[in-house]
Amino acid sequence: MKNGARRTWHLRLYVAGQTPKSIAALANLKRLCEEHLAGRYRIEIVDLQKQPQLARRDEIVVIPTLVRQLPPPIRKIIGDLSNQQKVLVALDVLPGEPEA
Amino acid sequence: MISRRKRAPQRRSGNGRHPLAKAPTGIPGLDEITNGGLPRGRPTLVCGGAGCGKTLLAMEFLVRGALEYGEPGVFMSFEETEADLVENARSLGFPLKRLASRRRLLLDHVRLERTELTEAGEYDLEGLFIRLGHAIDSIHAKRVVLDTIELLFSGLSDRLTVRAELARLFRWLKTKRVTAIVTGERDGDHLTRHGLEEYVSDCVIVLDQRVMEQSATRRLRILKYRGSAHGGNEMPFLIDDHGVSVLPITSLGLVHQVSTAHVSTGVAGLDAMFAKKGYFRGNSVLASGTAGTGKSSVAAHFAEATCRRGERCLYFAFEESASQIARNMRSIGVDLEPWIRRDLLRVHAQRPTALGLEAHLVAMHRVIEEYQPRVVVVDPVTNMIAVGSETEVKAMLARLIDFMKLRQITALFTSLTEGGRAAERTDLGVSSLMDVWMLLGNQEANGERNRTIQVVKARGMAHSNQVREFVMTDAGIKLVDVSRRVDGSVAIGSARGAEQRQGPARDPKPSRGGRRKGE
Repeated sequence: MKNGARRTWHLRLYVAGQTPKSIAALANLKRLCEEHLAGRYRIEIVDLQKQPQLARRDEIVVIPTLVRQLPPPIRKIIGDLSNQQKVLVALDVLPGEPEA
Repeated sequence: MISRRKRAPQRRSGNGRHPLAKAPTGIPGLDEITNGGLPRGRPTLVCGGAGCGKTLLAMEFLVRGALEYGEPGVFMSFEETEADLVENARSLGFPLKRLASRRRLLLDHVRLERTELTEAGEYDLEGLFIRLGHAIDSIHAKRVVLDTIELLFSGLSDRLTVRAELARLFRWLKTKRVTAIVTGERDGDHLTRHGLEEYVSDCVIVLDQRVMEQSATRRLRILKYRGSAHGGNEMPFLIDDHGVSVLPITSLGLVHQVSTAHVSTGVAGLDAMFAKKGYFRGNSVLASGTAGTGKSSVAAHFAEATCRRGERCLYFAFEESASQIARNMRSIGVDLEPWIRRDLLRVHAQRPTALGLEAHLVAMHRVIEEYQPRVVVVDPVTNMIAVGSETEVKAMLARLIDFMKLRQITALFTSLTEGGRAAERTDLGVSSLMDVWMLLGNQEANGERNRTIQVVKARGMAHSNQVREFVMTDAGIKLVDVSRRVDGSVAIGSARGAEQRQGPARDPKPSRGGRRKGE
């Protein structure tokens, strides 16, 4: 990684109220970030029940949807993020990546 | 039947207990065969193969809803982008952009690319519900189109979830009280690729496009309509620059009024053959014969007589242009130009091969509706056979004839029979639809060709049974006095002259021995 530790991860999680899948997704995401991106991530939660107009603007169909806003390019991951390995690969967070 | 802008009547359902609320589509013909439109507040499935017109039919349902019935609509597209939809609808004259800016219509393209998504765990389609719900609420939509929602199956790998969510979606649509069209792609023997018909229980419409004899024909069928009478027949339908039109097969049945008023044929001697007065008003008349027997001349006389009465005549010319017809007819003393100038005669010239059969029928209906003629000439009807099979042409003619009878329009069809074939046989298919059938012919004898005319049938009217000779003069068609030989045969041409010089001609008046047919 060229920019090394300076690279921050901006992750946006779309949910619809406090459903079990939404709660699970947030918990899974937090755990994953703490394990692999500690200090280098920011999670934004968008509740479509409160902001329904964002579903169209951000092209959301499936709940939960995780969008990697940064670093580019934008990546979309759907589901409750229980399959951690898939999430890591999709987010391009290589497990065991050296912190340096 | 083809008129737009007419509000379809909200009829009661078959059992008559609960009126089944319907949402008129505004699509000509479709509201007739569904007795008023689609089930209001419920989803309807429209399915068919690729390119069969599902999207356009669904779009027209929304556009007419917004324009004519004050019902805004949401079009959720899983396939085409908003820009594509706008572009495609422009060719039909649908002002999607204007409707969208007035918030009468909302287009939303849902993009779901499997390659751009990673699936990591369980999910549902709540995002779609929220998105659609917000769209509906934001413009107070009463109509919704989902085109083609089955693409969810190719965008997402968890089929069980998608199925469960679709079932939930259809239930949810009902609670939103929107009248919806859901389209589905036909797949072999299955109505839709993923069995959408399981979720839609109220109304299923199947579209089909097939190529027959080089021309594409579209068909529409109401497969299912719960609680409502519907015709299960396949109806031809058409997409042209006015949108979709469905052509019900004689939806009026045989209930038209019959008239006992006569209209002149335009030829005095010919009138005499029909109880001295001419055809009945509202009759369909067939004038058939081989090439050069004077069919168009008979038609021109009829057209001119119509205009002389101050009535409008519409002349469908499938072989010649208006100026050609006018020039040719001037040579036999029938001047059509003044009538064209006064707009009492309108010549609609078009080669039949330029359009498919249904396109023709719709075009003709449209011109008739717009011009409101009392008399219509189709010259020659046989050119239509060039664009369709015999059964199709017959079905189409039946529709056209019914349409005109309902309006008390008298119609004259000329029919070209091929030389060498038995005229009576080749015309049989078409002639059974006609009230009057005249056969024009050439008789070759003594080194000359002479023109003859006979009335084969005339429903409900006494008519001459004689084969009559006629000549083309510069003052039009003249029927010549009959000259019967001693042996009972009729002498024509110079033989007649010889007969007349030799002996007294027999009674020149038409015999009244014609059959009288019940109605």
